[in-house]
Amino acid sequence: MNETGKIITLHVGLIALLFAMNFILPAYHHGNIARVMVLASYAIGYNILFGYTGLLSLGHALFFAAGMYGMGLAIRFLGASPVPALLAGIAVGALLSAAVGALALRTTGVAFMIVTLMFAQAGYLTILLFGEWTRGDEGFVIQQAERILWGIDLSDANNRYLAALLLFGCCLLLSLWLIRLPVGRVFVAIRENEERAKLLGYDVVRYKLAAVVVSASFAAAAGASYGLLFGYVGATFATVQYSIFPLLWVLLGGTGTIIGPFIGAVFMFYLIDLSSGVTNAYMLIAGIVLVLLTLFAPQGIMGELRRRVWAWLP
Amino acid sequence: MSKPLNLKPSISRRSAMKTLGLGAGAAAALPMWARYSNAQTSAPIRIGFQKHATGIGASYGRWYDRTSQAAVKMINDGGGINDRMVELVTEDDGTDPKRGAEVVEKFATQHNCDVGFGTLFSHVVIGSAPRAGELKLPYFVVSEGHHVASGMLNRYTLQPGITDVKSQVQAMAPFVGDTLGKKVTMIFPDFAFGHDHRDFFSKAIEAQGGEVVAKIAVPPAETSFTKYFPKIPRDTEVIYHVMVGPAVLTFVKELGEFFGPSRPEIFGFIDSLEAVDLASPGLEYLEGTYFWEGNPRYAQPDQTSYDKYFRAAVGVDDNGASVNDPKDVSTYAHMFGCWETLHVIKAGMEASGYAGPQDRSKLIEAVEAMTSMPESNEHPQGEKLFNGKTHQVFGKQYISKVTNGKLIRAHTASIEDTLYPDEVDYTSQGF
Amino acid sequence: MEFGPYLMLATLEGAVLAAVLALMASGLSLVFGVMRVVNIAHGEFYMLGAVFAWWITSAIGGDPALAFIAALVIAPVAVGAVAVAADMVIIKRLNYDPERTIVATIGLLYIIQQLTLMTYGADARPVVAPFNTRLALPWIEWSGGGLQLYWPWGLSVTSYKLFVMAAAVVVLTGLYLMMTRSRIGLLMRAAQLDSETALAFGIPVERIYAIVFGLGGALVALAGVLIVPIQQAHYLMGGDALLLSFIVVIIGGLGSLGGTVVAALLIGLSDGIISVFFSPTLAKIIATLLVALVLVFRPQGLFGGKSR
Repeated sequence: MNETGKIITLHVGLIALLFAMNFILPAYHHGNIARVMVLASYAIGYNILFGYTGLLSLGHALFFAAGMYGMGLAIRFLGASPVPALLAGIAVGALLSAAVGALALRTTGVAFMIVTLMFAQAGYLTILLFGEWTRGDEGFVIQQAERILWGIDLSDANNRYLAALLLFGCCLLLSLWLIRLPVGRVFVAIRENEERAKLLGYDVVRYKLAAVVVSASFAAAAGASYGLLFGYVGATFATVQYSIFPLLWVLLGGTGTIIGPFIGAVFMFYLIDLSSGVTNAYMLIAGIVLVLLTLFAPQGIMGELRRRVWAWLP
Repeated sequence: MSKPLNLKPSISRRSAMKTLGLGAGAAAALPMWARYSNAQTSAPIRIGFQKHATGIGASYGRWYDRTSQAAVKMINDGGGINDRMVELVTEDDGTDPKRGAEVVEKFATQHNCDVGFGTLFSHVVIGSAPRAGELKLPYFVVSEGHHVASGMLNRYTLQPGITDVKSQVQAMAPFVGDTLGKKVTMIFPDFAFGHDHRDFFSKAIEAQGGEVVAKIAVPPAETSFTKYFPKIPRDTEVIYHVMVGPAVLTFVKELGEFFGPSRPEIFGFIDSLEAVDLASPGLEYLEGTYFWEGNPRYAQPDQTSYDKYFRAAVGVDDNGASVNDPKDVSTYAHMFGCWETLHVIKAGMEASGYAGPQDRSKLIEAVEAMTSMPESNEHPQGEKLFNGKTHQVFGKQYISKVTNGKLIRAHTASIEDTLYPDEVDYTSQGF
Repeated sequence: MEFGPYLMLATLEGAVLAAVLALMASGLSLVFGVMRVVNIAHGEFYMLGAVFAWWITSAIGGDPALAFIAALVIAPVAVGAVAVAADMVIIKRLNYDPERTIVATIGLLYIIQQLTLMTYGADARPVVAPFNTRLALPWIEWSGGGLQLYWPWGLSVTSYKLFVMAAAVVVLTGLYLMMTRSRIGLLMRAAQLDSETALAFGIPVERIYAIVFGLGGALVALAGVLIVPIQQAHYLMGGDALLLSFIVVIIGGLGSLGGTVVAALLIGLSDGIISVFFSPTLAKIIATLLVALVLVFRPQGLFGGKSR
């Protein structure tokens, strides 16, 4: 099989496998995988900016939460139905990212990290400031009745799983397609050597901004979906740890690979879940595993696979 | 230094598995009709305990755990529920709403628990309750939040063991207005918990003819408070504070440093000082100030036999600290909620003849039918009145004064003082 | 409170904050400046300083002043040792790669936090200050035809807070002198300027890095020890410290100790003063956005040189 064939088999195959698992998985893991798929979509978005364009943002929770609140507030105050609410969430995230990106991209490296972190902090505090509408850190519930999409009740386990799979599948295939387009290759060029890309005549600033907006839109879609599928919108999702999670998932799963973010998200989820069954100190185990992974498998799981075996992995 | 934490529940999963295995093995050897009834009696009732073992709620989580273990022991020593032993299945939710929802799923789908219980922090309750409702898992929270009675949650979520902040605050206003002063400055954390106090108390004190002269909101995770105190107006008669979190000791210390020898009356909520020793350095300033106490930490002169029993069972001395370590102060004003809630679960299961998950809605209906709960070993904090429609219980509220370094009860608000009109009727919702 | 005294109070509080921030950030500035790695566990060293101080003072007991002095000496050394161990066991093996160090130090953060939770516990515990007298402060007003001193209600500072400010000045001066006048400081600056050439000159760069990492940890732990009589020791207290340290270092400019001090002053003071004028949450939002905007329009920070 040629390279393209292998790539398509792997990625479409993953989606098909997840679809099949809908019918096989026991109830507990069924719910977990639904959750992980939404979070993996967040991570895929993050990876576009970090893994492929080489920009490390520490403020992506801002976009995740923007999507979540855009969706949640639309339902709560405008009585919107799920689809317009979702689109509203994505729109809010995209617009916000354009503004933040325009400012933040004037910096690079660690300064970029701090600026994105600061904007995310400001976002979190703003959610608290407008607590009268957002209910601040407590958050609010999206009632079951508000989560019915074209007659399909999204709070039903089956429907939820398939909706999450739909989101994940779209994100996975979209990012795969994007990376193989010329614009995706420019992203990689910027990551590899920004000066040379500039020298070759590419408007690096515009491309970086595009990467930020695309990445943030994925994050916002994930955030809006998370709130819609699991019925809760809260400021906790705008805190720093939700900016660190996608970084962690991507680094574990394989930076700059399409499938890596999903692998990382699954891995971290089950690492925490399984170790919390054994001991209260599951974060200790997670910490040790992280350290060991960076010492011995620095490219992440899929990254190591790509390095050693599957050189064709995108 | 305190003893290392005892992290293992008293019934470990392994021993429960063994019991189940033995029971199942014994049952398999019997004829069909005997097998069915025996299998029922040997399988324990599994209560999923959502514990804040890590994260910002960890201090409470430890004591919720100890109290719950003690309550389960008391129930099992008395024969269990419907002739079945009770098993507590504990999971850590990290005081995080996302993880809380995942833990609820775990209880319902992986651990096959009959009910879930024990969540304290409001944002975790609100994040987790929707899942409990979707999974049709009866979810008994011990949170003090007004969210249950506000109608935001669902028919599967109940709070029958602890009163909510709206009723608490409302009951404080008469005492504050009559005894301490009519001009009040409120200092509260700038998030939902603090806003609830701000809103409920303002209304209540104004109904008493009082006035809130200043509302000072302190951002979350603030560590230094001196710069907020200048906003306190000179004519303040009472300072009402509900600061929570690790920085509370700093707050009190700096309050003392700010006012020095001449201060207005001070009224606080014991939430600020749960698990904190009143004899800590810097807290001398609290002498002569007043606190709302959900349950008086120090054994009072008129201590009931029920309170004595409760303290002995949980392992807490007359100062509200662990009998093994006098410096290990408990979260006495909240943890009784776990004890009482578990006994309500027992009463509900017995009233409904609960046999298994198929009877969950019957269990909820049985609890909704409950009204008055007399003061007893099962309800040591005081008598209770349960509102089946709003799923919220009401009880007496206590106000104590710090006298010679101890909290001595100065006033008891009756249940009637704490009632407010219904905001929801969950019984009209389906299952 | 009238405006003048209020401003003065806010300034004093801001100055205490600035002192602690400067100490915290100097550790990070050193590590980041010399080694160019981001240590996400930096805040946890701060927390360890506070927790060790509590352990030492509880274990020694007796006179608070003596116990505190012991803590002041022992805790930073102990935390420094932990930091050196972390560097030699983990970070060195990552070849000081920035990204991998971030992940590894996130893991280290989880490990330290969880170990502290398991041993020290979840409660916030206080430490008695060695001395803490309340000093009422005067203010000037125009009255009765002349300038007069009076003592406004609530305007005060404590002797311990003054001590913290003084201690920070002493330690930072010492640090500056060490960096500019001593041999070890010279080696550190050489490693910072150009580690490859330094290596070629026979400077044991890796050992220098271990010392720098340890010193960075010790400095921030010292800040933790100083703060613990004012605040409490709590296992989650490292998060804020990390955030603030980063802001200060980046605003001040990489590799510039002076810049770090100035930035600490700016941020500490502005935090207090802005809250005089705006509601606290709004003040925090403004402060956060200001930090972002400073970086946007001057990415090298206030005093940083051109990036390499």
